[in-house]
Amino acid sequence: MSYHFPKWKYYLLGVTLVLGFIYAIPNLFGEDPAVQISGIKGQVVNQNTLEAVDTLLETAGLKAKSILFEQDTLLARFSNAETQLKAKEAIRKGLDENYSVALNLASVTPRWLQAIGAKPMKLGLDLMGGIHFLMEVDVDSVVTRRMEGYYVEIPKILRQAKIRYVKIDREDSETLVVTFNNLEDKKAATLLLQKEERDLSFESTESEQSFSVQAKLLPLALQTIRQETLEQTLTTLRNRVNELGVVEAIVQRQGMNRVVVELPGIQDTAYARDILGKTATLKFLIEDDKHSVQEVMSGHPVIGSKVYYDRYQRPSLLKTQPILTGEAITGASTGQDRDGTPAVSVRLSGDISLFSKTTRENVGKRMGVVYVEVKDNKTTESLISIAQIKSALGNQFQITGFSLAEARDLALLLRAGALPAPTSIVEESIVGPSMGQENIRMGMISIAVGLGLVLVFMALYYSVFGIIANLALIANLILLVALVSLIGTTLTLPAIAGMVLTLGMAVDANVLIFERIREEIRLGVSPKASIQRGYEFAFSTIIDSNLTTLIVGVILFAIGTGSVKGFAVTLCLGILTSLLTAVTFSRAIVELIYGGRVLKQIRVGI
Amino acid sequence: MEFFKKETRIDFMGIRFYTGIVIVVLWIISIGLLWTKGLNFGLDFTGGTQVEARFQTEVSPVDIRMQLEKEGFQGVRVQHYGSTQDILIRSKGESVVIDSVKDKAEPTSEQRLSTHIKKVLLDHYPKVEIRRTEFVGSEVGSELVERGIIAVIVAVFGTMLYIIFRFEYRLAISAALGLVHDAFLIMGVFSLFGFEFDLAALASVLAVLGYSLNDTIVVFDRVRENFRKVRKGSPVEVMNLSINQTLSRTLMTSWMTLLVVLALLFFGGETLFGFSMAFFLGIIIGTFSSIYVSGAVALWLGLSRDDLLPKAKVEFEGP
Repeated sequence: MSYHFPKWKYYLLGVTLVLGFIYAIPNLFGEDPAVQISGIKGQVVNQNTLEAVDTLLETAGLKAKSILFEQDTLLARFSNAETQLKAKEAIRKGLDENYSVALNLASVTPRWLQAIGAKPMKLGLDLMGGIHFLMEVDVDSVVTRRMEGYYVEIPKILRQAKIRYVKIDREDSETLVVTFNNLEDKKAATLLLQKEERDLSFESTESEQSFSVQAKLLPLALQTIRQETLEQTLTTLRNRVNELGVVEAIVQRQGMNRVVVELPGIQDTAYARDILGKTATLKFLIEDDKHSVQEVMSGHPVIGSKVYYDRYQRPSLLKTQPILTGEAITGASTGQDRDGTPAVSVRLSGDISLFSKTTRENVGKRMGVVYVEVKDNKTTESLISIAQIKSALGNQFQITGFSLAEARDLALLLRAGALPAPTSIVEESIVGPSMGQENIRMGMISIAVGLGLVLVFMALYYSVFGIIANLALIANLILLVALVSLIGTTLTLPAIAGMVLTLGMAVDANVLIFERIREEIRLGVSPKASIQRGYEFAFSTIIDSNLTTLIVGVILFAIGTGSVKGFAVTLCLGILTSLLTAVTFSRAIVELIYGGRVLKQIRVGI
Repeated sequence: MEFFKKETRIDFMGIRFYTGIVIVVLWIISIGLLWTKGLNFGLDFTGGTQVEARFQTEVSPVDIRMQLEKEGFQGVRVQHYGSTQDILIRSKGESVVIDSVKDKAEPTSEQRLSTHIKKVLLDHYPKVEIRRTEFVGSEVGSELVERGIIAVIVAVFGTMLYIIFRFEYRLAISAALGLVHDAFLIMGVFSLFGFEFDLAALASVLAVLGYSLNDTIVVFDRVRENFRKVRKGSPVEVMNLSINQTLSRTLMTSWMTLLVVLALLFFGGETLFGFSMAFFLGIIIGTFSSIYVSGAVALWLGLSRDDLLPKAKVEFEGP
């Protein structure tokens, strides 16, 4: 029984290994902590910038490894994260507003490797230090807000169509109930509303004496609202993270209503929290000039209007139904109007028909910008600006009436983009840079010691076959590192643990095969046939046992979050690569060594 | 070097009645411990705040706690972490009542706790290095517990389905029982010694389930093969034969995995302790359970030759 190991398999294995090696190499080079300086608003970085940065670093007593132009930016590399942080501060303070200064990791990988997409593994926060936030988006509040909109709109539609109704009630935050005098009105209204409000479902609540209709959001509409809210939150958070100046930051959706924000390298939580945790939303409200503020404040509330206070505690009465919310703002900048007074120019996008219509109808009245902030589950609303509407407003308008400093603040608030829904931090962790370094070191030592021990024991126990298994194991590690680098999953400490575990578990396939070969030899089977049968019989066992572990790994990946996911990924990838190396790769070597000659006797082990 | 020069003929199944008693007793102890003492859940599950700090010199946790209590932090746990210079300060969930934290201006919620603790530490020990702070909201924690339980159940059923498909339902049930056994005993030991059970430990328990199943499957695979080859043997004899034939593989693989886990346990650091410990226990418990839980239960459920033969056609091709 002779087994021919086809040539193409050697080639395929060779190519796989070479590719694995190439894509694993960048990890040997690592990355430099760097500060990236780029020009904004048309400013370009040039030789002058370089000299300025050089002088700034010198005065701060910091030493850069190199300062070089890279594409359109200037990249200053440092030997450690601590210097990098100090340098960023020094440069940011020294350069003017037209430069953006950000933390970055500069690859040391040679260009030709970068060109084919080879890059080092992405390190998790526990390995490189930084801040992790998990933020929860209060999506339901958007639904409530939407229903409040319908609460105002539905009566309007009915009035226009001259359909009489008795009352409209909020049954709960997601349901409205409209009551009618008689069945005809109800039927006519239902037909009309169904045509006008396509996002709502209308259901008549049957009873003898009441004629009412229940309005609810359709599941699809609800889904869309949730989706859009989360997407808008992601975009806004990304913009804010950019203001923090972290290039490698991650802003990612997690589950139905959460967002993960990871800021590698950053250490100043208070600052980060201030920028991100500024869980503010903006809304534009029209002044209610039919009622007086004094009247409302003395205890005669007006439905649909509310008193808002500005920072000097001056009250204004505004209609609570917003004509525009912060999501529509795409830009805001400070400038001067024709008289030379400070002004904020605002640019809008999206559906602003309500906004332009309302402002057209209300020229001469005042419009307020209300800033809604949620902090520790408490909502505070403050009026940040109130100004007269001079003309119908389109998608570009100016707000005036404050000092230059106030104008700048307002522009910043508007520009940073408002979050569509209140967002709160539900999980936070900060890892110091030295701790990250130590975790990397411990992870590496664990891999080295684990691998070393396994290599020694396998070689001792199975001699030549053991060394073959060891080669397979090393090939496995290289392939695994290459895959993790290539896929770009984040390497965390648990992920390293997953790699270490895979090392121990990967030898199982070879152990199964070798033990089987030993058994066959004991039974008196010829050496070549023993090898053949060892590989053959062990194969289905190997598949069975690996598949079950893979099932568990996939479950871990599906259900786990964050670091557990990292562990699951390395575990699963490790199983897949070990199947290739322990079975096919080791077989190839065995064939290379034993295949070509006549064997009288082989020994698995000493 | 070989553990066993010749094929061993140990009568594993002969003592299965006694090991059965031992297992039942261990189960009762584990469940009792989990019931009364419970698990020392990590921050991931309980929610709360945790600050890890490194001091220039040795410090006593009691001193730090007194300092914190003087500043108004009640019910904070302070302990050494890794070395005598490292301190871990932790408040779990809602357990902290703050009487008077210095700057009243800022509302003191659980979220801001770490900031305050950091401030107090830096005030008293200017050279302290804050290595890690963590805050987990309580809702996130309880959600994780839920997900963890789901994960374990799905894992057990998922692998059971696979075994039913590849082998037979009796083997699936006994393998699943073996997995439940492993999970319970690991958690029992964690409860007994008060080891912290965090998210990584849970992930590790799940991975152990996969790993321990390997042993079971290797034995089952051999049982299936032997039923076909050894015409005369009774199920008990075949089970014994199969366990003996795979014994040196079982020991070698367990030993190799144990080596790497020991490397993790000794060099992986405090963060990975729960993970490594759970896996370490899992290897030992799992090796034992694949013989005495999975193997014995399969016999007890009445596994016979006919159950495995028809499906023998489902076979993967060799490499």
